[in-house]
Amino acid sequence: MKLLIVDDSLIMRRAIERSIGRTRFTEVHTATTGLLAVEMFERHRPDVVTMDITMPDMDGLAAVDEIMKRDPRAVILVVSALADKATAVEAVKRGAQGFLLKPVTAQSVQAAIDDILSD
Amino acid sequence: MEEAILKIFAQSITRYFATVADGQAVLGTPYLSADNESVAFDFSAVIGITGSHRGNIYYTAPREKLHALLPLIGEAAPDDRLCAELVGEITNTISGNAREQLGASFMISTPFIIEGKPLSVHTAKDTTCYILPVSWNQHRSRVVVSLQQNPSNS
Repeated sequence: MKLLIVDDSLIMRRAIERSIGRTRFTEVHTATTGLLAVEMFERHRPDVVTMDITMPDMDGLAAVDEIMKRDPRAVILVVSALADKATAVEAVKRGAQGFLLKPVTAQSVQAAIDDILSD
Repeated sequence: MEEAILKIFAQSITRYFATVADGQAVLGTPYLSADNESVAFDFSAVIGITGSHRGNIYYTAPREKLHALLPLIGEAAPDDRLCAELVGEITNTISGNAREQLGASFMISTPFIIEGKPLSVHTAKDTTCYILPVSWNQHRSRVVVSLQQNPSNS
């Protein structure tokens, strides 16, 4: 399985990769902006995408839109610090399968990934 | 207004340490920043706020504290690059978490990282700047809150 981790924070990319990366996914790719996320999605067609929202160039919600246009079956977990309900609802409305609020732990990331893959 | 806002950021930073560092952050009494007071430690990050409010949120911490925190999030070899990244992520997290109470119109920028101690906190005109002292495992750090409600959004 392939994983794409999208976050402008190096700390978060590494934390998510450590949490789930090599145990479940044979390929792990990363992107630091929404724009790069769309490019990486097209190039690698990952099975799961973790997507931050507040990023330069293109935010995560716009990137979810672009990815869903390219593959409506894409599996996307939004991982964001934005704690208002409207943002989580908007992410799901645009096609994300789950929303995980930062700060995260290895356990919360694993549980969220388990959850969206079991759907 | 100030008390309510400070309470929100106090909750956010407490939640961060409880979740990530598996330990309670102890918050000191918030105080007003004096003009030109240097409040920065070794690494700081600032996030610009627009929408319902305008101003800035800072988080600043000394290298020793960040070196103690990084292994708890899985970084076995702390260095300055990771310290800078971590203050950025903490500032992003506490600012984003504040939207639970302040709503989606509390718009946050991506963090801007400042390395080094000499920092004069940039505040919006007519904005009061509060310092929220944060202690964790005997390491000090600070959240700096400089916000005012945006009249055009109130």
